[in-house]
Formats: sequence, structure tokens, C-alpha cells
Amino acid sequence: MIHSLFLINASGDIFLEKHWKSVVSRSVCDYFFEAQERASEAENVPPVIPTPHHYLLSVYRHKIFFVAVIQSEVPPLFVIEFLHRVVDTFQDYFGVCSEVMIKDNVVVVYEVLEEMLDNGFPLATESNILKELIKPPTILRTVVNTITGSTNVGDQLPTGQLSVVPWRRTGVKYTNNEAYFDVIEEIDAIIDKSGSTITAEIQGVIDACVKLTGMPDLTLSFMNPRLLDDVSFHPCVRFKRWESERILSFIPPDGNFRLLSYHVSAQNLVAIPVYVKHNISFRDSSSLGRFEITVGPKQTMGKTVEGVMVTSQMPKGVLNMTLTPSQGTHIFDPVTKLLSWDVGKINPQKLPSLKGSMTLQAGTSKPDENPTINLQFKIQQLAISGLKVNRLDMYGEKYKPFKGIKYMTKAGKFQVRT
Amino acid sequence: MSSEASIYNRPSVLDCFRSSGNSWFQKRNLKQMLESSKDSAKLDAMKRIVGMIAKGKNASELFPAVVKNVASKNIEIKKLVYVYLMRYAEEQQDLALLSISTFQRALKDPNQLIRASALRVLSSIRVPIIVPIMMLAIKEASSDLSPYVRKNAAHAIQKLYSLDPEQKEMLIEVIEKLLKDRSTLVAGSVVMAFEEVCPDRIDLIHKNYRKLCNLLVDVEEWGQVVIIHMLTRYARTQFVSPWKDDEVVEEYSENNFYESDEEQKEKDRKVKNIYTMDPDHRLLLRNTKPLLQSRNAAVVMAVAQLYWHLAPKSEASIVSKSLVRLLHSNREVQYIVLQNIATMSIQRKGMFEPYLKSFYVRSTDPTMIKTLKLEILTNLANEANISTLLREFQTYVKSQDKQFAAATIQAIGRCATNITEVTDTCLNGLVCLLSNRDEIVVAESVVVIKKLLQTQPAHHGEIIKHMAKLLDNITVPVARASILWLIGEYCERVPKIAPDVLRKTAKSFTTEDDLVKLQILNLGAKLYLTNSKQTKLLTQYVLNLGKYDQSYDIRDRTRFIRQLIVPNEKSGALSKYAKKIFLAQKPAPLLESPFKDRDHFQLGTLSHTLNSRATGYLELSNWPEVAPDPSVRNVDVAESTKEWTGILGMTKKEKPTEKFYSESEEEEDESTNTSSSSRCLESNLHLHCLENCIFRTKTHELLHRMSGKGLAAHYHFSRQPGIFGDHMVSVQVTVTNTTDQKIENIHIKEKKLPPGMRVHEFNPIECLEPAESITVSMGIDFCDSTQMASFQLCTKDDHFNVNIQPPVGELLLPVTMSEKDFKKESLSDLNILYKVIRENCTWL
Repeated sequence: MIHSLFLINASGDIFLEKHWKSVVSRSVCDYFFEAQERASEAENVPPVIPTPHHYLLSVYRHKIFFVAVIQSEVPPLFVIEFLHRVVDTFQDYFGVCSEVMIKDNVVVVYEVLEEMLDNGFPLATESNILKELIKPPTILRTVVNTITGSTNVGDQLPTGQLSVVPWRRTGVKYTNNEAYFDVIEEIDAIIDKSGSTITAEIQGVIDACVKLTGMPDLTLSFMNPRLLDDVSFHPCVRFKRWESERILSFIPPDGNFRLLSYHVSAQNLVAIPVYVKHNISFRDSSSLGRFEITVGPKQTMGKTVEGVMVTSQMPKGVLNMTLTPSQGTHIFDPVTKLLSWDVGKINPQKLPSLKGSMTLQAGTSKPDENPTINLQFKIQQLAISGLKVNRLDMYGEKYKPFKGIKYMTKAGKFQVRT
Repeated sequence: MSSEASIYNRPSVLDCFRSSGNSWFQKRNLKQMLESSKDSAKLDAMKRIVGMIAKGKNASELFPAVVKNVASKNIEIKKLVYVYLMRYAEEQQDLALLSISTFQRALKDPNQLIRASALRVLSSIRVPIIVPIMMLAIKEASSDLSPYVRKNAAHAIQKLYSLDPEQKEMLIEVIEKLLKDRSTLVAGSVVMAFEEVCPDRIDLIHKNYRKLCNLLVDVEEWGQVVIIHMLTRYARTQFVSPWKDDEVVEEYSENNFYESDEEQKEKDRKVKNIYTMDPDHRLLLRNTKPLLQSRNAAVVMAVAQLYWHLAPKSEASIVSKSLVRLLHSNREVQYIVLQNIATMSIQRKGMFEPYLKSFYVRSTDPTMIKTLKLEILTNLANEANISTLLREFQTYVKSQDKQFAAATIQAIGRCATNITEVTDTCLNGLVCLLSNRDEIVVAESVVVIKKLLQTQPAHHGEIIKHMAKLLDNITVPVARASILWLIGEYCERVPKIAPDVLRKTAKSFTTEDDLVKLQILNLGAKLYLTNSKQTKLLTQYVLNLGKYDQSYDIRDRTRFIRQLIVPNEKSGALSKYAKKIFLAQKPAPLLESPFKDRDHFQLGTLSHTLNSRATGYLELSNWPEVAPDPSVRNVDVAESTKEWTGILGMTKKEKPTEKFYSESEEEEDESTNTSSSSRCLESNLHLHCLENCIFRTKTHELLHRMSGKGLAAHYHFSRQPGIFGDHMVSVQVTVTNTTDQKIENIHIKEKKLPPGMRVHEFNPIECLEPAESITVSMGIDFCDSTQMASFQLCTKDDHFNVNIQPPVGELLLPVTMSEKDFKKESLSDLNILYKVIRENCTWL
């Protein structure tokens, strides 16, 4: 399946290569560079590139291209999903996935990749299993290893591999037993010029951090499970139980994991927590334009909107902008024409606004479209869909764990057309 | 974190960077370190070498020094040596042979991880001489007690096959054996091997089909993808098409309750021969459905394509919701999923219509995603939603991404031809765009308008006039050419303007693009034929200009046109028909989706994404007219409990065992001596649902090696229906030779059995090599009692008394029945049940 993997950084250097079958020359990447040149932006590089003898499938994350070389038919999503899993694993191991980190830990990276694929077919991709086979580097372990001469490579088959719960390792022990669940919802919306909603959807996830001793069996139930229109689960969730009772029942992996992602049906009206008032105008005659936006809270259920950030890609004709914000800071990059305004918290009594003028290139006609405004914000302690966790119970172990649930709403792809 | 990690192996990396200058010194240095007696020095050296490999630097000179360490006690050094070997063994075949014996030894190691990794490395060393050794190792590993080792054996099959395709036949035997394996760990890998080595041997799947369907939910996610793709191909060869009839009547349709309907159906069947879905076909659809909830996009896509290719059309739409969910994933996943949706939405619009708004374009999407979304929106356009869509398109046309704006105009054109109600609206809209400031937008509009007018040239004189005016301002060659072509084609509708246009363009002829020049010539020719009075001189002027043009094409065209239209003594018979030739009715171009022809590739494949056959693409066959014999999938011996249900004389509806993993588990045996994970869901008493279950069985000792003078024997109850007859309980006996000499002729003698008890002996074992063990099976009829069966285990020169006593549980037979049946039987009268079992059951 996956023949080789090349890691390419932003400046086009191949800084790591790994082969699972016979060696493929790195010159195969020339086809990739060609495509990259044609695409002008990294985002536009096609994920699948055919070459005379190979196929190159790539993902772009953390400013690194992960290019897999394939020789014959394979479902492309299989490879792409796997590459993303590789990136997630690196992140899990080293905290961040960056070129420097990978270069610094090249041996661990190599050992991990060796375990993840055998002959190009995924072998161990569960992070719990991998961490038993190849232990992540930490200061303590490095010191211990140098003194005792022990290694960070496991010599026993991880118990998970053979058990019916491959995602959990056995013999987990904690002095403080705790389980935290974060319900995070993202609003994807397109708002049109007049402020009415064109489309709005809510995507949610429940991320968990579970540090419990032994083999706990958890159940999580919702007050209003009917809200969830479409769901996807971590493999640990018992599907039958969900089908029949709408209860999440599972033996959790150890540590951080995504328990559930869900989609709230489009039929439900989505509450839009903020509004944007805008007045952006270019005049044909003069080389000056007016720019004015105000952000305000709408349906926030009494919570504060924070972390507000406004970005907008201005048309090419805009040379400079002279703006004064009522709060926060703003930057306009005259090269990329990107305006960003870090607003911070919205105070309903004194709405934040950004006013001023734009200098346009003389001689060119006015742009025919006003720029779209992208919005980011956060609302703590609120799941905008109204989803509420009813209770969390634990079976199978005697101790009493500490349980916590947090809600948060964020802007996903939130756009206002002007 | 960063500082921690860098301490970990900073030195090695730094050295790698410095290495370019003093590589010779460095390599000598590394050699010394590898030969040192300290593990830490060796480890450091190996880390540096791996760092070099990772950077793509050549480290093959160090091969002899590295290979010596293959037997190192330190597991990390060993692992790194393995990494090195896999990379360079192919280049240094002779030296690589030095390491083989180490692996052969490791293959017998009691630690399954070591056995597995030895097999992995051995099979990854691409040295043709060791093919027989690999073959032997694979064969042995395929019957290893650890499923993890067996999984690695399945991977090794593919490696050996790519190294030496001659071994195919032998490998197929191993695949056949591993396909029977019940471990979820093995299933995905062996199917992968099957796909690579012998995808055409569909006969190997028959017997395992139901098992694979039932195991599917518990297989790891990557295996699921491979199995689903394979089963899709399988199903297309084995079942008849569910698409013939829209109304699908299923076997267990609820209509059966009503007698009148029943009769009705009887009649229908005679008339139309209504389609009934094969229960195995249904089983596959039902067992894959929960996987739509998987977190792995590849699994969701695999199920979606399975439903697309196999499910009745009415059911296929359940996949759309999950596919739309994937659109919130990464850019690359979006790209592939959108491509597949584009193909789907051409054929079955209804599937995605409810999700129209999910395909609305955001200004931050990358261009390739935007164009795909646009493609889907266009496919989904119909009378009901076109007005909303056109409003949305208006925003896109104004986009700063001009490439995308141009694509939108094409899309509007397609909507206009497909939906006649809006043709005029679209046309007006496009004409408005002609006054756009951006040239690309105008040019694209002209091209699309040209196509639209061609499809219905009825009365668009006004638009043509408008476009003629544009000619003064537009500079894009394609657009100019399109306008000229339009005026020429419909010159009779604009008799006044056409000659004037020719006049203007004749003036600028020399500065035009080739494309435009050709159209000027065309326009001249057409006008000459229809209105020669006004344009004769003009045309001749243009033709003269063309005669001396730099381009061959234009000179050619000029010569051709002159001969055809200007009558002279040399002109042939054709010039009479010049008017017919030039002003023939031309067929209108079809505005089609570029995804139209992709549907002959299986969805979700690389070939579909590229729209060309990728190497190794396996064609999806057409449905057979008549279904092949479905009984080939029946499992006769040992495997399925399905047949046993008949024993109780009860009909049973097969229930799917949908679960992500088993909820109740029998005592977990730490030893992994038998295969398979135990799975038993909803265990309503022992009798219910032992389908597809094999438990970790306990091994009992028959003969200890001390008392057996080196011959050891163990037995366990295989819990499979007796192959020696209905009343026999099968017992697996494993005999091991722990001496260092051969043991010959092992057999059973002198049975001392209680009355009624019978033993079916195993075939005598001719010869048992030292350290070898053999598993044989025998059958014992215990007469439903727990009495001991005693007999002698004999060798050529010795004999030992042994006995087997069965626990009660081993005498019971699992029986599957539905809950309803069970309640009926058990609650009303347990005695009857007991009696039924007494009378009908095989072993009790």
C-alpha cells in the first residue's frame, strides 16, 4: 500500500524519508514540486498527483507536506486518513508537530513509523498501544535510561493488541482519579449583506481527558439526545447501546481522546450569537473608501462573547487603511491585503467598532465586491445547541472519580458577506 | 517539552548535520563505536546511523559493522539494526545472509513480539536466496498460537509474493488457511494479502463470507476498509441486481402476516417474478451500516461506496448524511469526498438535495474545493431550488478569486441549458455580466452566451447586437473569436451590423490573435456568401491579408476559403455547395458535467479520483443475470452454529450481531494459546447466541513430559461440532517431543472405557522430530456422563496410561434461538425444552 513517506518543509527541502518496501528515489518528489509551483498556494496543491510510475498522496499540516508514495490502486482516503493519523501521533508524542521537533527526535520518529506500518499496511495506530511499544521521550526517562541502560523500546507485546479493548492499556494506575469532558460546539455560518442567515450549522465534539485506574466502564447520558442528528464515535463506544437507549457507554482509552463528534440537524434554527454592522464603500471617483464595522452580541443566553477576532481579505486595489478601533488592536498587511482586528471581549454597553478610511490605488476602478468578514469568537459555559449532559456514571471500579464537564461554543467557519 | 526532547538525542542529530564535511572520519568513528563493547556506544552509533538514513544519506558502507549487532541483547539496538537491515539488505545481499540464522532462532522465541518482529524483518529482507526460508517461516507462523504473529504472517505473504511471484500457489494455500482464522486481528491483513496475491480466487471467500460480515464491526479500522472493498466486489459477482424493481420485497417482509396480501403476492410473483434479496446480501448491508458512524473517513467512504454499488436505490440515501459530515474534516478529505459526491449527484440527485446548503462556498475555501462544490451545486439544481441557487451564484461571480468566478459562469450556463424555465433569466444575467469590469468574467460570459444562443438561436438578435458593440473593448482572444463566430453564424439576423464588424476587424486584422484571425476569415466567407454586394471587397482584402500571414494555419485556411467561395475557372464542383458547407445547421454543444464519465470507476478508489485506470485497479463486475448457487456460502463442518438450529426443529431468523466489541466476556485467559477473542453479546442464558463464538479454551494436561519420558501431551475441547459423528465430542490433543531424539509411531491402545462410551482414535503419528509438536483431533462419546475415558498413549517402545475427564460444560451444545422462541419454550414449560433437547440434541 504505502510505499514510502517523504516529509517536505515550506522551503521545499525533503528533511525525512522512510521506505516500507524497496527504496523509491527521492527524485519522485520533483513531480510534487512541479505541482506545488503550479498551485501557487500550499492549500491548492492537489492531494493526489499521478506520476508515470507512482502516485503521490499528500496532506499539508503544520507547514509540512507529508507525501506518501503509492504504486497501485488504493482508496485515497485510506492513505490520507493514515497520514493525518501520523501527524496526530507526532503531536501526541512531542507536544507539537514541527520540523525542528521531528529532526530533534528523528530516532523516535523512525521507530514509531516502523511500528505504524508493516509493508505499507497499518499495523498499530492506537496511541495507547504505540506508547507501550515506543515510549515518548521525557527528561526523566532520558536520565533513567542513561544511568540504568534501559531503553525506551518495549519488549513485550502491548496487552491492548490482543484484547477486545485494544485502545486501553492494562495496569493503569492514578492516585487522583479524574475524568473531564469538554463539550465544544462550532458554528459554521454564512450571513448575507442584510444580516440574514444563509446557512448555519452546528458541529460539536466531546473531547475527553480520562485518568482512571483499572478498567472503568463509563456511561454518559444526555438531557436531550434527540438534538444529535449525526454522530461518529471513538471505537470504544458501544453502538448498540446508543441505538437503543441513546446512552454513551464505553471503556475509555487512557488519556486524551475524542469521544464523539456530532452534527446538530440543519432543521433546528441555529442561534447566531453575534452580529456585524458594516458600512464598507468604495467610490468610483476618489481614491478614498470608507470602512466601518461594529460587532455586537445577539443571542448569547446571557454569556459574554470573548476572544473575538475579525479578519478580512481586502481587494487588491486597497493600498492602505487608516483605522481607529474603539478597543483592541488591528493590523493591516499591505502585501497580503489582510486586515485583522483583535477585539477581545464584547461589552454590550459599549460595542466595539473599527472606523476609518481606505486608500485605493489611483486609476483603477473600484472593486466589484466588498470583502467578506471572517469572525472568530468564544463563549464559555454554553453549548449553543442546548445540548446538556445529564449524568456520568462509572461501573467496574470501586473508587469515586472526580468528574467534570465543560461547555464551550466557538465560531467555526463564520462568514459575513458585505 | 522541547528541551526535554532535545536532550534525548541532540548529539546524534547534530552530527548528522555536520557530517557532510568529515563524513569519512565520522564513518570510521561510527565503526569503532559499533565494535565497542559498551551497549551505550553501540546505541549511540545506531541512532546516528538511523538519523543518516532518515536524511536520505548513504550509510551502506557500515553494513558489516552493523549486521554484527543483530543478535544484541539490548532491544533498542536490535530494533535499530532491524531498521537498518530492511533499508540496505537488498543492496548487500551476501552480508545480509549473515543475519538470517538470528531470525530463524528468534522465530522460535517464547515471546510473541519477538517472534512477530523476527518474521517482519526476515520477510522484509529482499534477498531472493532466502525465499524458501521465508516460505517456511510464513507457513509456520500462519499456525502460530498468537494472532499477532499470524497477522504478521499475512503481511509477510505480500512481501514474499512481490519478491518472488513464483511462490503464488503455495502462498494461496496459506491465504486459504488464514482466511479461516477467526481472529479480528488477522482478518484485515489476510484480506489485504488476498487482494494483492489472488483477487480473482473468489471461491476462497465463499465459505468465509458470513464470518467476515459478522466480524467486520470488530476488525480494526484499516482492515475494515480493505474488507469492505473486497466484499463489494464479491457481492457484485454473487447476487442479482436489486435495482431492477423499485419496489423491493424482502424475504421477511411484514406483509406475511396478512393472508390476503400473501395471496396477492403469490399472484404477483407469478406475473412479475418479484425480486427477493438474498439473505447474505442483506447481511452485508446490515452489518456495514453501523460503520457509517466510524471516526475514520476512509471507513465511512468505503461503506458509502458499498451502499452505492450494492444497496437498493431507495436505501442508498442513508449514506449521504455521513458523507456530508466528512465535509467538516481536513481539506484533503473534503477534496476526495466532494469528488465522490459529485459523481453520485449526477445520477441520483435526490440523495443530496436536502443538504444543498452544506455545499455553499466560503470565501476561505481553497480553489479546488470551491470548484468541486460548485460542480455539485450545479448537479443538484432543479426547478424548485434554481432561484436560490442563482442568487448564490451571483455572489460567487463577484468573488475575488477570478478562476472561480469564471467557473461559476460556466455553471450558470449549465443550469440555463438544463432547466428551461430559467434560460432567459440566466441569459439576461450573463448579458449583464458583459458590462463587468473584469475581463476574465466578460470573456467567460461571452463564451457561455455563445453556447447558449447556439442551443436556441430563436430571437436573440438584440444580444448579438450588444455583443457586437463589446468587440471594441474586449481583448481576450477567446471572447473575441466567440463574438465573431456568433455574428457570422447569425449574420442574416443582424444584416446591418455584420458587414460593419467585418470592416472594423479587417482594419485590426494584423494585430489580432490567430484564433481571432481564423474567425475573421470565417466571418468574411459567410458574409461573402450571404451578402456579397456589400462585403465582396472587404472579404477579398481580408483574404489577401491572410495569404501573407505568418501562421501556416491561417495561410491554409485562406487558401481553402478562397478556392471554395470565389468562383474562378479552376474552382471545382464544391464551390456550388459553399453556402451549404458554411452555413449548415450546426449541432449545439452539450454542456455537461466533467464528472459524467467517472461513474464507471468504483467510487472511493484512486482510479475514480484520477479518472483514469490506476495500476492494480480491480474492475467491479456487472450484476449476474442469474445468481450463482448461494449454497456455496453454507459452512458445513465445524464452523457455523447455524445448521444446529435445525436440530431443535425451530425456525430462526438470523439476527445481526452488531456491536463494537463484546460486552460480556468469559474469564480471560492470560495465555494466548487459542485464537479468537470471545464475543458474546446479550447472553440470555447459555443457550442463546453462541453464534460465531470461540472461547479461550483451557488446556488440560494429558501427559507430563517427565512422566512421559520426554513425550508431553495436552488436550483441549475444541467446542466444534464433532467431525467423527453426532455423538462425539471433539478433543484436540497436542503432542510435543521434548527429547533430543525422534519419537516414532505414537498411537492409542488399550482403551478402558465404561459401558457405552466410545473413542475415535487419532491416526497414528509416524514420527515426531525433536522439539516439534503436532496437534491431532480425536472424538470421544462420553455418553452424556462425566466419567473418565482412560486409554494408553503408546510410542514405538513405550506406553503411558492417560485419561480424559470432561467438565460438564464441554458436553453441552450451544443452540441459537430468538428471544421470542426462547420465552415461549422456557417460560411455558422448561421441561418441554429439556425434553426437546434430550430428544433432538446431538451430544446430550
